[in-house]
Amino acid sequence: MTRLHVDWTRCDGHGSCSELLPELLGVDEFGFPVSRSGERDPAVPRRDRDTARHAVRNCPLMALRLYDADG
Amino acid sequence: MSQAGLTSAFWALGRGTGVVALVLLTVSVVLGIVARSGRRVPAVGRVGISDLHRTAALTGTGLVVAHLGSLLFDPYAQLRLVDLAVPFLAAYRPLWLGLGTLAVDVLAIVTVVSLLRHRVGPKTFRAVHWATYALWPMALLHALGSGTDAGTTWFRGLAVVCAGAVVAAIGWRLAPSYAGRGWTRQHRRPA
Amino acid sequence: MTTAPTLTRRLLDGAGTDHGAHLARYGVLPRLSRDDLLAALTDSGLTGRGGAGFPTAIKVRAVAYAPRRPVVIGNAMESEPLSAKDAVLLGRNPHLVLDGLETLARAMRARRAILALGPEVDPGAAFAAARGREVEVVQLEGGFVAGQETALVNQLNGRPAIPRDPFTRVTEAGVGGRATLVLNAETLAQLALLVRYGAGWFRAAGTTEDPGTSLFTISGSVGRPGVVEAERGSSLRDVLDPAQPLRPSAVLVGGYHGAWVRTSDLDVRLTRRDLAAYGASVGAGVLHVLGTDTCPIGFAAGVAEYLASESTRQCGPCLNGLPRMATDLARLAAGVRDHGLPAEVQRMSALVTGRGACAHPDGSARFVASTLDVFRDHVAAHLEGWCPTPTGRPRRSDS
Repeated sequence: MTRLHVDWTRCDGHGSCSELLPELLGVDEFGFPVSRSGERDPAVPRRDRDTARHAVRNCPLMALRLYDADG
Repeated sequence: MSQAGLTSAFWALGRGTGVVALVLLTVSVVLGIVARSGRRVPAVGRVGISDLHRTAALTGTGLVVAHLGSLLFDPYAQLRLVDLAVPFLAAYRPLWLGLGTLAVDVLAIVTVVSLLRHRVGPKTFRAVHWATYALWPMALLHALGSGTDAGTTWFRGLAVVCAGAVVAAIGWRLAPSYAGRGWTRQHRRPA
Repeated sequence: MTTAPTLTRRLLDGAGTDHGAHLARYGVLPRLSRDDLLAALTDSGLTGRGGAGFPTAIKVRAVAYAPRRPVVIGNAMESEPLSAKDAVLLGRNPHLVLDGLETLARAMRARRAILALGPEVDPGAAFAAARGREVEVVQLEGGFVAGQETALVNQLNGRPAIPRDPFTRVTEAGVGGRATLVLNAETLAQLALLVRYGAGWFRAAGTTEDPGTSLFTISGSVGRPGVVEAERGSSLRDVLDPAQPLRPSAVLVGGYHGAWVRTSDLDVRLTRRDLAAYGASVGAGVLHVLGTDTCPIGFAAGVAEYLASESTRQCGPCLNGLPRMATDLARLAAGVRDHGLPAEVQRMSALVTGRGACAHPDGSARFVASTLDVFRDHVAAHLEGWCPTPTGRPRRSDS
């Protein structure tokens, strides 16, 4: 299971990630991403993997990373 | 092709790549400032702006490499390898050419650090990226000072447009209404 | 031959800084191999006493087999303002805490063993006891979040005392890039006892799932505030009674990141399972009694403002959300008749939960949500323009 992790100490609510992954991430009133599933590190479905990698590359603060977790 | 023909071809390539590279780097600087603002641009979105900024920068860099290559191979230009890295040693217009060399040096560092940004971390990446504000004027001055087409009307017009765009973008950047996403956010200092 | 401490007087009857007296009382500190230590910890069922209550054996195992020599840290930062147990423990029984650190350091061939004291902890006894022992004692900068594991490691690495992204656990890379074990000072003292007297002795107190004793700091509307030791699994009433609660309306269990338990529910046992129904946990043993003469909303508004000011301002949801909760709670306390306020506070507390590099927003949200829940009648009164607290108009506790 691939998961998307936000480094909150870097995230600045820039908003590229929620643009790319609208089903995974919403935006709160302060501009910061919110995991729609409520999981801290939302699971990334296979069909969204490439887009998620794009988001990781694109985040100007390098606040995102993808990792493999069991379950 | 004759020797003269080949020379002309390299020379033309050198000029062409130089001009287009300047335009692309201008686009990159302007888009970089737009990206930093965090504004959502219709149709392309923030992602589109970042992607375009990156593409313009990398393509521009590629063209700079082609620019260097074609001038290196052009015997008329009398460029030595050392002139590609060490500024102000060239035989022809050393100051203006030297600015170009300096710009290439900075561009190389910025490019490498940017490509490795996930490894070097945001602070280093940001610090090095500031150098682009020095890079762009050097590139423009190099073009105006040593470019073959610098005297032409069309190039002067182009230079004015590019300079205007960057000046306007920087003006916006410095205005209070810019309010870019807070990279200057200060973490709390413990009592 | 020393006598093992009794059921509930295990930690606080220390011999102070005199190492000789300490050894006479507790006996020589055994040297355990890594495997024997892990076995002892597993058998004893010791869990962390710093707040998270994590099984100590698992934490130790995470660094015990690190390829490079690890670093062991005793956390006596005592960043929770309502807590005094680590300071008291270090004053009365510093050698026991140092014993715990040395046992771990020897068993795992640690590169460094460090006892970290917060600015509110009197360091005299610790420094004195550490002379001639294999532990470095340092007094560090404070702040509510400074005792958090990664913030502590950051400070020991010469950086500001703010948390870092928890993706890389300190047990993988911490101080100097080495595997780092951070244990609360009381946990270390408990460890120092159980390696001498055995897991069986340790388990003679407490419950099967939560064995041993722990220290509780009792404050607020009580006749005899202070630090006491009690068996794990005791009822809240039994722990509080000796402190003589005065006209209590509720008890804050777990400090500023904790939750409220009403006076009618004082028979709840202080175990993870029983407290879960109140959204609370034993935490670091902080029990603050709220008297009937204090407006709970005013009190909570003051706490929420403190918590907001202690945000290290690294993470967007926390730096934006905590001040909002504090402002809304203050308005409720002041008697602003905006019926949307409770829902707004609830919404914000849900919004900040789980969205930060540390548990500061989560804990703050828990405290605020518990306040609105347990004191909902009081909140309703405020919204109608009056305060049930005998002092009259709704007001903040500090006005």
